[in-house]
Amino acid sequence: MGATTRLLCACVLGLHASLALAGPKIEHWTAPSGARVFFIESRVVPIVDVQVDFAAGGAYVAEATEDKAGVAGLTRSLLDMGAGELDEEKIADRLADIGARLGGGADQDRASVSLRTLSSAREREAALALMQMVLQQPAFPAAVLEREKARAIAGIREADTRPGSIAAKRFARALYPQHPYGRVPTAESVARITREDLIAFYRAHYGARRAVVSIIGDLSRAEAEAIAQRLTAGLPDAPEKVSLPEAALPLRDTVRVEHPATQAHIQLGLPTVRRGDPDFFPLLVGNYILGGGGFVSRLMKEVREKRGYAYSVYSYFQPQRSRGPFQIGLQTKREQAQAALKVVEDVLAEFLARGPTEEELQAARRNLADGFPLRIDSNRKLIEFLSVIGFYDLPLTYLDDFPRKVEAVTAAEIRAAFRKHVRPEHMVTVIVAGE
Amino acid sequence: MKIRLFVSLAMAAGAALANPHEKILANGLRVIVQEDRRAPTAVHMVWYRAGSMDEVDGTSGVAHVLEHMMFKGTRTLRPGEFNKRVAAAGGRDNAFTSLDYTAYFQQVPARRLGEMMALEADRMANLVLDPKEFAQEIRVVMEERRLRTEDNPQALVYEKQMAAAFQAHPYRRPIIGWMNDLENMTAADARDWYRRWYAPNNAYVVVVGDVAKDEVFRLAEKHYGRIPRRALPERKPQSEPAQVGIKRLSVKAPAKLPYVSLAWKVPVLRDLHKEREPYALEMLAGVLDGHEAARLARNLVRDAKVAVSAGAGYDATVRGEALFVVSGTPAEGKGVAELEAALRAEIARVANEGVGAQELERVKTQVIAAQVYKRDSMMAQAMEIGRSEAVGVHWRDIDTLLEKIRSVTAEEVQAVAKKYFGDDTLTVAVLDPQPLPEGAPQKSVSTGRH
Repeated sequence: MGATTRLLCACVLGLHASLALAGPKIEHWTAPSGARVFFIESRVVPIVDVQVDFAAGGAYVAEATEDKAGVAGLTRSLLDMGAGELDEEKIADRLADIGARLGGGADQDRASVSLRTLSSAREREAALALMQMVLQQPAFPAAVLEREKARAIAGIREADTRPGSIAAKRFARALYPQHPYGRVPTAESVARITREDLIAFYRAHYGARRAVVSIIGDLSRAEAEAIAQRLTAGLPDAPEKVSLPEAALPLRDTVRVEHPATQAHIQLGLPTVRRGDPDFFPLLVGNYILGGGGFVSRLMKEVREKRGYAYSVYSYFQPQRSRGPFQIGLQTKREQAQAALKVVEDVLAEFLARGPTEEELQAARRNLADGFPLRIDSNRKLIEFLSVIGFYDLPLTYLDDFPRKVEAVTAAEIRAAFRKHVRPEHMVTVIVAGE
Repeated sequence: MKIRLFVSLAMAAGAALANPHEKILANGLRVIVQEDRRAPTAVHMVWYRAGSMDEVDGTSGVAHVLEHMMFKGTRTLRPGEFNKRVAAAGGRDNAFTSLDYTAYFQQVPARRLGEMMALEADRMANLVLDPKEFAQEIRVVMEERRLRTEDNPQALVYEKQMAAAFQAHPYRRPIIGWMNDLENMTAADARDWYRRWYAPNNAYVVVVGDVAKDEVFRLAEKHYGRIPRRALPERKPQSEPAQVGIKRLSVKAPAKLPYVSLAWKVPVLRDLHKEREPYALEMLAGVLDGHEAARLARNLVRDAKVAVSAGAGYDATVRGEALFVVSGTPAEGKGVAELEAALRAEIARVANEGVGAQELERVKTQVIAAQVYKRDSMMAQAMEIGRSEAVGVHWRDIDTLLEKIRSVTAEEVQAVAKKYFGDDTLTVAVLDPQPLPEGAPQKSVSTGRH
């Protein structure tokens, strides 16, 4: 049954923390394989979650004379479509037999394989055996690859008719014209990908020294140690990860794309910060006030509440391995695209010029600090923290440090951080279907 | 396998055996509490038994519009103040409207529960529907309709398919409302809706989290107890007359790939104990699309490669009437006719050859595992209780329902596959993709500095 909500979940920064509550205890070690492991024991529900993240996202696809964007995603999706002595149907059957769920995917930085299973011995053992096989013995069957390429190409061609997808791709290309983050898979680049490309990418990127293993659930540290070693001992001998190139800042530009949609899709932004940037907390708190705080943000008030211009309007920073984007997004009736964009630009300019009021700052700090327990009240939420802390080398004390850092943010720091990172002379605007 | 999983489930349920707890206030408001002490948080939900199916022609979408207006001020709170108060408590809040119900929720540190109840009780009784606020917000809802439906080809197909499948039953109207109804809606329409349905005896409260039931009941009494009970309007069944022949429709929209959706009229669950077929239909949906190894993905996507994606869906527990839907997007070089035939052949194969014991067991295993996994999320637990109650399944019967589903036999699955998938009750909707106008989206201009 369909349901319609008052607001689509806005994109928000992932990591928040609290004052009142110390974070759960994170244990960390390096497995004999070289993989780094992050573990939380949590006995309240009889389940185990395991996630293995590799520095094997789209940005790690080497520049080549022939563009093969899409190889990272296809490598990841074919891992569980045939491994060891099992074909894709047997893998699917065995997972279904034990009620386990194997998931994951690839973004620009990470390729992830995740498992959720019941913690009872037989189910857990069968699930881990499958995960191990998928990680260590993927077969990349040629027939499966051809089928998945066809499905991926169909998906790309469909997406290229949708205004939201068109805007997102144009935005990525305009922000990162010379950087891997701007390389978007196309029907042509996917068509070029061969089985050899997948095998080579797997061997070069799915190594233990590039892996972070996150484990949470109903098991002991000793069991977690054995699991982490078992899942990573037989991985390819891939080199340690190398850093991604620095993203240059684009020149201010506006890209307009014609489209018959009833609504214009508008995105504005520029590359900003890496994970671990010391300005993260001022940007986090400031962005809550600007466009991250849902219904109470300035953008929401000015664009939606006061003028009825849009259902959804948001802003966020997405820190990544290399400079991730700051982005403002909205959709509005095509005839009023210019008027809505003007409001957004004015709100941003005002915020850059004056920063938050003291009242706004207090409210933002209170929500982010007091609301922290909501962000860690399930294993599902906690394992995402574990993998981000592990993958991006954030301090183990991150959850505990966070509230103090949020509470310590001043209005002057927010102003300074926004002026430093959100520079109008480098902002790119993409408008699809605007008049 | 089966026995081991049952043990797991029993152990999983162990901590929660005494849960949930219920109290009915004098004004008819039911309060359902599930204590879950794993983290110092709580979810507070208020559900109203009023969804888009309770609307009438001319004001379609008013249930959802009122949901938006519930954030626009009461006699003592200014517009937007509700969200501010929730944020100040460290919380998040939202709301959603469906065919069957409208629900509001806040996720907060558990110690702030009382404040949330005060806020919800206030807007249950004291909403102010200011025409100026309404005039702004109705534009937001129209933008929402453009985003979710007008520019979303598959959503457009679904909307038109429901409108074709149902001629008399209110499920024919979209939740978001027809655009023309939204354009002509007034604050008075929203006010009528609010006065008609927003009464404590048409609502229930669900709380899950780090709370003590007696304290929750005390808070509920304090905040909600004062709101007077009101007479509710009569609800007419508006049953759909029997469909007596196949219906076909085609929807043109800018897209690359076509899409086909087949919807059959099938029974809905009304008596948990006496009826069997709805459980068998749930299992049939699971056999077709309940997990990665299920038939549609295996046979149509991976083996025959006739589809790039395919799915099946059926919900036995709805207030209105039920459709069993199978749908998919054809693979390159395959047409919708070919995919329609393949989808129908999958159901025919169950009807003719039945399903295997192990195959059925796999679907049941997903059901059991999902119940355990659900315990990782307070929101998921609150949603389960809330949704069940909305369609008339008492929370005490949730386990009964699961046991019934687990008792379905292969013969029962085969029997419903034989009985309910003829042409006469079928509505087929097809997306006829239209190329983008010449030049788009490739054509773009870059204006440089501005």
